[in-house]
Amino acid sequence: MYWSSFPRDAFAEFDRLQRELSRAVERSPSIRGFGRSSFPALNVGDTQQAVEIYAFAPGLDPASIDVQLDRGILTISGDRRADTTQTDKSTVHVNERFSGAFRRVVSLPDDADPDAVSAEYRDGVLHIAVKRRAETQPRRINVQ
Amino acid sequence: MNARTETTRDATSPRNGATMLPPVDVIEDAAGITLYADLPGVPRDKLHLEIQADTLTIEGDVSLPVPDSMVSTHAEISVPRYRRVFTLSKELDTGNVTAELVNGVLTLRIPKSERAQPRRIEIRGA
Repeated sequence: MYWSSFPRDAFAEFDRLQRELSRAVERSPSIRGFGRSSFPALNVGDTQQAVEIYAFAPGLDPASIDVQLDRGILTISGDRRADTTQTDKSTVHVNERFSGAFRRVVSLPDDADPDAVSAEYRDGVLHIAVKRRAETQPRRINVQ
Repeated sequence: MNARTETTRDATSPRNGATMLPPVDVIEDAAGITLYADLPGVPRDKLHLEIQADTLTIEGDVSLPVPDSMVSTHAEISVPRYRRVFTLSKELDTGNVTAELVNGVLTLRIPKSERAQPRRIEIRGA
């Protein structure tokens, strides 16, 4: 199963803790962006036929997500508006969710086919599948 | 609101294991509290909301369409479960909570009980 392949050791736990701590502390990100705690979080996986990319981008209008593929570089960008309609009478107690413009870039392997890309947005996750070119896929050669 | 985030893991949880802390926004107005939580990848049937006494628990399992033969090469989300616990204060009306899950964002509305809502007091002329 996919999830069980990740180690649940103390180091992984510590890494998670550190990320959450830094997200809580780093209220002023660097001039170039958000660094480690960037939005959306990305998971990438390989199969023999395709590269699978999962962007955890909740609360977006699918039509507003811009996905570009240019010379092996996949770019996911958009703008997430704060849906917290704030009035004078309301008080914000906790404000942790990301808002603003975002942009993430994934470098694809050489055999990725820019003409065979599918993208689907479901439950706040953008799933992009980029097929590999047929000629590079493993093939069984018959022995005569 | 005395929203206090407690530890994400406790021994009494029926399902133990690592969890992620979902980011939330909490906004209070005169009539109640609105909580937004980012739970990307959680479908409606995998979301568990529970209010017991004055404790609100949000739990959700991530469900992704992952091909069987996929090998992970990069993972920023490596734990498929969110969990977060809040302590609610007395004036909140836990019997009338409404919840909505759209595109991975949970919106919880917890109204204040009528007694706790601000009331304008008429001053009669002498």
